[in-house]
Amino acid sequence: MKYLKTLMASALAVAVSAPVALAEWQPRKPVEFIIMAGTGGGADQIARLLQGLIEQKGLSSRPFIPINKPGGSGAEALRYMQDKAGDDHTVMMTLNSFYTTPIIQEDLGVDVTKFTPIGLMAMDTFLLWVHTDREDITDLDSYVDAVKGAGLDWKVGGTGSGQEDSVLTAMMEAAFDYEVTYIPFPGGGTVAKNLIGKQIDSTVNNPSEQLAFYESGDSKPLVQFTGERMAAFPDVPTARELGVDIEYYMQRSVNGPPGMSPEAVEFYTNLFQTLFDSAEWQEFCVSDGLTCDGMLNGADLASFHASQVEAHKKLIAQVGAGAITGE
Amino acid sequence: MLDIATLLGAGLLQAFEPLNLMMIFVGCLAGLFIGAMPGLGSVNGVAILLPVTFLVPPTAAIIFLAALYYGAMYGGAVSSITLGIPGASTAVATVFDGRPMAQQGKADQALTAAAVASFIGGTISVVLFTLFAPPLAVFALKFGPQEEFALMVLAFATFIGLGGDDIPKTIFSILLGLVMAAVGFDIISGQPRMIFFDFVELQRGIGFLVLAIGIYGIGEMLWTLENTKGDVRIHAVTSTWKSFKKNLSHVREYLPTTALGSALGFFVGTLPAAGATPASLMSYGLAKTFARDPDSFGKGNVSGVAAPEAANNAASTGSMLPMITLGIPGSPTTAILLGGMIIWGLRPGPLLFTDRPDFVWGLIGSMYVANFVTVALNLALIPLFVRVLAMPFTILTPIIFILCFVGVFATTDRMFDVWLMLLLGLGGYLMRKLNYPVAPAVLAIVLGPLAERSLRQSLISSRGDVMTFFERPISLTCMLLALALMIYPIWLGIRRRRAGSASGTG
Repeated sequence: MKYLKTLMASALAVAVSAPVALAEWQPRKPVEFIIMAGTGGGADQIARLLQGLIEQKGLSSRPFIPINKPGGSGAEALRYMQDKAGDDHTVMMTLNSFYTTPIIQEDLGVDVTKFTPIGLMAMDTFLLWVHTDREDITDLDSYVDAVKGAGLDWKVGGTGSGQEDSVLTAMMEAAFDYEVTYIPFPGGGTVAKNLIGKQIDSTVNNPSEQLAFYESGDSKPLVQFTGERMAAFPDVPTARELGVDIEYYMQRSVNGPPGMSPEAVEFYTNLFQTLFDSAEWQEFCVSDGLTCDGMLNGADLASFHASQVEAHKKLIAQVGAGAITGE
Repeated sequence: MLDIATLLGAGLLQAFEPLNLMMIFVGCLAGLFIGAMPGLGSVNGVAILLPVTFLVPPTAAIIFLAALYYGAMYGGAVSSITLGIPGASTAVATVFDGRPMAQQGKADQALTAAAVASFIGGTISVVLFTLFAPPLAVFALKFGPQEEFALMVLAFATFIGLGGDDIPKTIFSILLGLVMAAVGFDIISGQPRMIFFDFVELQRGIGFLVLAIGIYGIGEMLWTLENTKGDVRIHAVTSTWKSFKKNLSHVREYLPTTALGSALGFFVGTLPAAGATPASLMSYGLAKTFARDPDSFGKGNVSGVAAPEAANNAASTGSMLPMITLGIPGSPTTAILLGGMIIWGLRPGPLLFTDRPDFVWGLIGSMYVANFVTVALNLALIPLFVRVLAMPFTILTPIIFILCFVGVFATTDRMFDVWLMLLLGLGGYLMRKLNYPVAPAVLAIVLGPLAERSLRQSLISSRGDVMTFFERPISLTCMLLALALMIYPIWLGIRRRRAGSASGTG
């Protein structure tokens, strides 16, 4: 009986305090922070860093709970968000599979331009990595020679058919006129581990996924697929410098499900803007080779998404969906 | 060697600093209760309490979270044994024998065994961690898709080769589990498959806890109700100092399985992507295969409680290894710990051991202390836990049903999964009635996706050549062991039958 009384008293207390919280929109229950990729990968590391900063800075009255939904190259997460339409307590950390997966899997029934854009936290970059023990590979030319010599025995690890790294791999196959065997793993962290364990021959990991191994001297980058050399990798040439026309980035944006209420959008946009401006986030951007010049949000981010979807449609038509899914 | 001793000494001293010691104590206690609540596992516990750690230095923070993690591993066994519902996914195998023991009025003995086995598992693995962390990390790197698949085959072999059970029925049960594991998105192509009746919710797949809670919570409860017509003798257990000493004296019975389970658990835990749940199931399977009385497993054998508990605690320590040395989490919980470490300004990876020895060795030191604290807390709380069983059956049963509903809804946040759990519970009850073993189905739904992924990765990389599993030394060894494990019980059966007929004629 006593327990029941306590319970009712606390329920009453919650009921009384709730209207006060309504003055300015605040989450009323824990926020699901969906990650459309596996643990240890770039998106995962970023989401978990952001979640920690939210808690540390006390930006939300309710905790953000990171949940990985890597299934089907992010299809699982996209479908989940679609089904959460109108929900104000779910946000998602996205990557480029946000664009590619719905294009490749037509029957998924997800239109990402209907999702609620919140904030573009960063543009991530790609480098081509091999194990340091591959002494025969010192630059892009020797890499291409090695791949051509090995043929289909050359194994490239990635995070799944239709994921951005498979798009990049297909672009490289087209540019250098070779074919490789592409093996999907559940997340960029696992890909990195398999490169160091020599289960695969090369990968196009993001910097944050390889940094620890790069620093310990286990892996080496050959090329960066950026417009200019990054501060974190001053000695690594860009593909354009070497006369190869490949420049490819990964967007790292936070989005809500379709039909999120305007009050909630405002709350989340302010929250991620605060995070974006924090010294911790800007430091992380520099150390991990991310580009973070000003956070796109609202209509700007929506039109960014729309143009990216079109660009990826073209890209996929160019290399062929079959080249990406390996069929 | 001397190096390690000095570093470990410093680490232990650090663990004994008042703040850190308090962190260990509070973490273990909180973990114990979080683990014991169905639906709340170490993952949720660590995620929810992560912010608390921003108030203290990084070393104290990781110590707190690690203690919470162990505490939850111990705690999971509590509801598995007393209520028959797995408190966390890692404690499913503990239900197999823990529940029957509680029904026989031996809940205190089961709880003691779980606590002691967890302690041994935790301690053995932290010793292994201390001595061999860097070389083991290198070994874990040798594990490619081929080795992972071979290990999965080994795990299945331990379950097919179960002596007492009907082998065709066991295989059927495994296949049923595999079919359920295949529901959802295809791992490689990302296409949805086996979406029965076009339920969109099935795209996410059938959650393992949904199945486990359905089968053990609902299915078992229906079975008990039918068998007893609700007229159940109350299994009150008096927990006295004398019974406690008696329970402790049973340790010798399950010491070998505990030691084996600890080593296995630690090893499986160190492999990225495996984690404590497969480890505990494999340990249970091995314990049963090599037991002198395999028939008594599933009916309340104390080794059946000790084996998975030793393994899941050992695995929780083991899964810290790839996180610290490679920056790759070995389990969902360590993934959250990893996030914490990045915020504290630490970058896990090959250099952490040399860059921040104070942090790494403080953590290792705390693991030793946390094990002592948790076993002491757990043993002290057994009288409290067994009180649950003193409740009349007519009150306890509805509570268990409610906990099943809440547990499933809390983990997945979808009513669809609650209905699915009821359906699977009904299925589990029918299987039980028709005398099909349900444990292999549970094993298959856990290991199925892991096995499928590694099988397909291996075959893509070998371009369809199955010989790839027999060309690599580690994978070949696992495959041969699996074969031996499958044949052993059959051979044992034949020998027994011969001995039986010989004595019959003689």
